[in-house]
Amino acid sequence: MKMTALFQRLNLRQSAPFLALVLLIALGSLVHPNFLTYSNLVQNVAARTAFIAIIAIGATFVMASGGLDLSVGSMAAFTAGAMILFLKSYEADGGALLIAEGMVLAVVVGLLCGLFNGLVVTWGRIEPFIATLGSMVILRSLFTWLANGGSLSISPDLKDIYAPVYTGNVFGLPIPVLVVLVVGAVAALVLYKTPFGRHVLAVGSNEEVARYSGIAIWRVKLLTYVIQGLCVAIAVILYVPRLGSANSATGLYWELQAITAVVVGGTLLKGGRGRIWGTLAGAFFLEIIGNILTLSNVNVYLIGAVQGAIIIIAMLIQRGLYRREI
Amino acid sequence: MEASKRQPEPALEAKGISKAYGGIVVLDDVSLTFGRGEVHALIGENGAGKSTLMKILGGYVEPSAGELILNDARVRFSGPRQAEAAGIVLVHQEILLAPHLSIAENIFLGRELHYGLFTDDGAMRQQASSLLASLGSRLDPRSTVADLSIAERQLVQIARALSSRHSFVIFDEPTAALTPVESETLFAVIEALRQRHCGVIYISHRLDEVKRLADRVSVLRDGQLVHSGPARELSPTDMAHLMVGRALGDLYPHKAKSEAAPVVLEVQDLNVAGRVQGASFTLRQGEVLGFAGLIGAGRTELFEGLFGLRKASGQVACDGHRGSVFASVNQAASCGLAYVTEDRKGRGLLLEKSLAQNLTLSRLQQFVRFGLIDNAKEHSALNRAVQRFDIRAPRLDIDAGRLSGGNQQKLLLAKTLLSDPRIVVIDEPTRGVDIGAKQQIYKLIAELAAAGKAVVVISSEMPELIGLCHRIVVMRQGRIAGLLTGDQINERAIVTLATGTEQQAA
Repeated sequence: MKMTALFQRLNLRQSAPFLALVLLIALGSLVHPNFLTYSNLVQNVAARTAFIAIIAIGATFVMASGGLDLSVGSMAAFTAGAMILFLKSYEADGGALLIAEGMVLAVVVGLLCGLFNGLVVTWGRIEPFIATLGSMVILRSLFTWLANGGSLSISPDLKDIYAPVYTGNVFGLPIPVLVVLVVGAVAALVLYKTPFGRHVLAVGSNEEVARYSGIAIWRVKLLTYVIQGLCVAIAVILYVPRLGSANSATGLYWELQAITAVVVGGTLLKGGRGRIWGTLAGAFFLEIIGNILTLSNVNVYLIGAVQGAIIIIAMLIQRGLYRREI
Repeated sequence: MEASKRQPEPALEAKGISKAYGGIVVLDDVSLTFGRGEVHALIGENGAGKSTLMKILGGYVEPSAGELILNDARVRFSGPRQAEAAGIVLVHQEILLAPHLSIAENIFLGRELHYGLFTDDGAMRQQASSLLASLGSRLDPRSTVADLSIAERQLVQIARALSSRHSFVIFDEPTAALTPVESETLFAVIEALRQRHCGVIYISHRLDEVKRLADRVSVLRDGQLVHSGPARELSPTDMAHLMVGRALGDLYPHKAKSEAAPVVLEVQDLNVAGRVQGASFTLRQGEVLGFAGLIGAGRTELFEGLFGLRKASGQVACDGHRGSVFASVNQAASCGLAYVTEDRKGRGLLLEKSLAQNLTLSRLQQFVRFGLIDNAKEHSALNRAVQRFDIRAPRLDIDAGRLSGGNQQKLLLAKTLLSDPRIVVIDEPTRGVDIGAKQQIYKLIAELAAAGKAVVVISSEMPELIGLCHRIVVMRQGRIAGLLTGDQINERAIVTLATGTEQQAA
């Protein structure tokens, strides 16, 4: 009796991504004794999830408003490239202050890239898929040009100063995990509790209704792309100290991973529903699958195939959940 | 003829049909017989179960209990295509067409005529064209559905239904989006179907139509069949009583006098490219100003132009604004103007969002504390709106799409009136709304005017305009054809101006 009441209160649709995550973690702990340890799950997996998770939070805004941003991977590479070039050219007198200036530069570059995407979509009235496909190609090419076809690195000295931003811990939590949680909390507040967030969901749900309700649709959409740019910049700020360099593999397929995390988390691809914590669960989910497969000695070349299959299964389950009430 | 009318052969029979959705019974043991060659009207308030019964007959929904018998054989439909194959077609109330395809492509969607491997576009166009002609329409089958008005789309839907072999045609509120003239064409089609020995099942809220068309009338109330008998034995008033289960007072509230009140809105020479030419009118405080005209006369476009929802030019003067048309709904709202769209589901409400989110959508800034939405304030606003507008919902946390048509309309009105506008434009205030909710909406409009607001009502239902409005502007082909006041207001005068059948000085 008590159980059924509890079960009714527990909204299966909203909690599905989190239940899946719990199940996956339970499965992982059966597969390998080292899986369910703080050092593996938090220090290793969660920290590595950070880049995709933060970018996916931005993508949650874009997709909840009915948009799409395919350029985030190239944008990350370009932003990282610009930041590294800046750090390189002043590294003689470099220190913590220089790194802070580099971070500001990354944020500015990210915001400008987002603004560009947003303007092409709103002012230029180009389908988001096409608009951001264009900027994806542009930004990737610009990065390759900056790196002269190779890779860009900061000096070892500077890397040593910068590295703790990725490897450091605060209250026992890796800094990247902490940043994900803070960005997630702010994003959830913005999406669920502010008029802007409400407007994002309204525009994604039905643009005509939003227009007839007096919502400035172009401003809402533009801002979602700018938020996406900011999130990419934050991810880059955490990414650069990890290896101290960027190369042609930087940001590759990140857009696909981010979109997958968002959709697995319960946000609708067509817009109107956005789930910030679901997105984080989705990003974590994807990384954990990879981790379990690695720990259980699956051929690394096959990991992608298993991940893809699990994503499709997850979506089929989700669709089943949503169909039932109709 | 008379004999066949009295004793139609029982061709389609529903026996003990029940339907429940998750414990909620929407149809309870309904047994009805639909004969061929007769028009059988099905009436009832929204939520009475008419649409569910229609969906069962049309194969869209399977009953929880009971059976369907067609020509003495038991049938089971697991989808609309099976029902269609058995000769039962349903004309939906909602427009279910692919907007980017042409009329002909829509009519033959899913059963394209083909020529070997390829579609036979020529034949489909030709057949579509003759179908449309039989419905009294001269639409080009090559035009894109997205470019059509709602009434024209409805005609395309009817053409689609009639394009397959049919022995029973179900119409679900077909005239809700049609003007009187277009309705007449539809009535002729229905008469032709009856002559061809088809069975017609007709759902409508317009009881005068039912009285005029139907051979038999069946009344549903709360999922149960409360009456079924020959139409000639019932007056529209009897029908309304059976539907509601109680006596209704006067449908229209008393019209308060409105004289010499100050002008609150003056529109001059408003133009919307291809839709409206040189429209000028004034609106006075405390009056209800009607806008009559055929579908496509430019009434909706005129006001969408005024509110900045489409490109328009013209001069506007009201308290707080003097100059060209408003740039946006927001600018109009800041001058105290509000517009209620005719397209409740497509433009008015977010059907998959909660009642509270819909209510506050255009006025969210009123509900913000320290930059965040104050949910408690939002919910007390919803409670007040539910009280004031009598919005009936099983629970207040459901999505707007789960409300009945009448309650959705009340929610939309509540949403628009949340800004407490001085000037309210209501486009088709009672489309697809049951008679009880209609009466409430009429009362609300009269109360707004009595409270000193100025109200514009755009409507295709003439009794509504005549019952509510102090003055009526009649539009024809994008122009204002005339203005009727006081004793001049009657159906004949409106039709004359709307159709231009007689020359009259404007």
